[in-house]
Amino acid sequence: MNFFVVTLIKIVIVFAVFMTTLAYLQWIERKVLAHIQSRTGPLRVGPHGLMQPLADVFKLLSKEDLLPPYVNRFFYLLAPFIAVSLALTTISVIPFGPEVDIFGVRTYMQIADLRVGILFVLAIAAVGVYGVALAGWSSNNKYSLMGGLRASAQMISYELPLTLAIVSPLLLANELSFRAISNSQGGYYLGFIPRWSIFQMPFPQIFAFIIFMIAAFAETNRIPFDLPEAENELVAGFHTEYSSMKFASFFMAEYANIVNITCVATLLFLGGWHPLFPAPYSNWVAPILFLVAAGACFAAGARNVRRNDRRTFPFFGLAFLVLALIWTVAAIAIIPWLSTILLAVFWFVAKVGFLIFVFVWVRGTLPRFRYDQLMHFAWTFLFPVALINLLLTALFVALFTRS
Amino acid sequence: MDTILFLIFAVVAVVCAFNLVLQTHPISSALSLIGVMASLAVLYLLLGAEFVAMAQMIVYGGAVMVLFVFVIMLLNAGSEKASTKAWFAQVAGLPLLLAFVGLLGFLIARALPDTRRVNFGSWVGGTAQEIGRALFTTYLLPFEIISVLILIAIIGAVVLAQKEIE
Repeated sequence: MNFFVVTLIKIVIVFAVFMTTLAYLQWIERKVLAHIQSRTGPLRVGPHGLMQPLADVFKLLSKEDLLPPYVNRFFYLLAPFIAVSLALTTISVIPFGPEVDIFGVRTYMQIADLRVGILFVLAIAAVGVYGVALAGWSSNNKYSLMGGLRASAQMISYELPLTLAIVSPLLLANELSFRAISNSQGGYYLGFIPRWSIFQMPFPQIFAFIIFMIAAFAETNRIPFDLPEAENELVAGFHTEYSSMKFASFFMAEYANIVNITCVATLLFLGGWHPLFPAPYSNWVAPILFLVAAGACFAAGARNVRRNDRRTFPFFGLAFLVLALIWTVAAIAIIPWLSTILLAVFWFVAKVGFLIFVFVWVRGTLPRFRYDQLMHFAWTFLFPVALINLLLTALFVALFTRS
Repeated sequence: MDTILFLIFAVVAVVCAFNLVLQTHPISSALSLIGVMASLAVLYLLLGAEFVAMAQMIVYGGAVMVLFVFVIMLLNAGSEKASTKAWFAQVAGLPLLLAFVGLLGFLIARALPDTRRVNFGSWVGGTAQEIGRALFTTYLLPFEIISVLILIAIIGAVVLAQKEIE
């Protein structure tokens, strides 16, 4: 009984945080893109456009829900459902931190610790193709069909290098459960080099990480591989005929997939919640970082560029000060379980946030590939490189790891 | 709990299998087949074969069926019309089907006389480690032979699919 209650609480927390993150990813993406292109991005709704996601959700909910007469109704309605529900499933096997002991209840910071966690994620990703493919086909529209076909071909092609890149760190970790993989990356070489997979002996997985990230861009249909929804060729690709909430669920699925794949990358290659520096120093990274952010906000507020900034920037500065205070408390470790949670969450979110920033950064800087280039790249470059990396890893593990 | 889940997914598997045959549109049939695969994966999971369940989803539910759906979409195959049945099928179809099912049930009951109750989750040999160990020790020869066989199939497919070069 206790197990069910604890799991239910964890599900509620993870779901609430995940959905909020998805809504705000849109804001983050628009802001970062805008600043890359020397614009300001959303600014009107709330301070610095912070209420923009709420406005967007309200707009999408209140729009007319069109059901075109020429679509295959059953599959047309099923497709966004498949896409969004599968995208939201993966987060249930992602661990965010170590085991914690809250008032005598020992539990993992994870909804379910599957022994085959990474395979579960791959299975969900493999089935996730149907959402996009069916959406394109059932819309009964040439552009949508082209988008759906491109999406499925692209996702099948890039699943191979993605999976091969995943196998190499698994060889180092010798486990399939996310928790065990992440635990195998704790500790430091020479006292300061973290044992994350990308640094781990006998064969650092930096190449596998790069291959994984490139394939991840393709798997999530992001620029430079967003051929399935190339606006100048296919209107909007597979979701051309979708409107209102059905359209929103495709967007939600895309952002959920980004979060999922960055979480997987963090767990496999960047050591999950394990900090960059050994513990006593790494505990102070969070408060110092937040203090610097607070200082930057106050300085920006004093610079007086726009009229509203005089109010909003000091407010953000105060928010960062509060965060710094919270993580200072965590670093001193007054309440052990709280500080365990906070520190683990900080490092996990920092790594995931950095990878998400890379996603947006790439979107802001790279043009779109041509379709034949995309396929050529996957099959003649990425796949062989991933294979060579896997063979080398296997060789080094066999030679230098005691059995 | 396990029995309820087993019943639910067994029924889903059977209904999807019937739907696969009854549907006239290829895409509907393909999706029903995915339903069968997914329910089978859940049944494997209930029996403790977690690795096989996930492999089933990745390989059959994912890769193989995506190719099916892809080809159906690419060829844009439409609905099929039900043809009028031959006189033989009309007369002897149902009795033959019943006879077949009866024979199959009889043979299975004969082949597995020692019917014990299935204990869900009592078997722990389904982990990836156990399967790997079994594949590379006890079943090494069949495993290698199948690898070579699949390699031959891949090369054959490439040769057949290759365009004629002058």
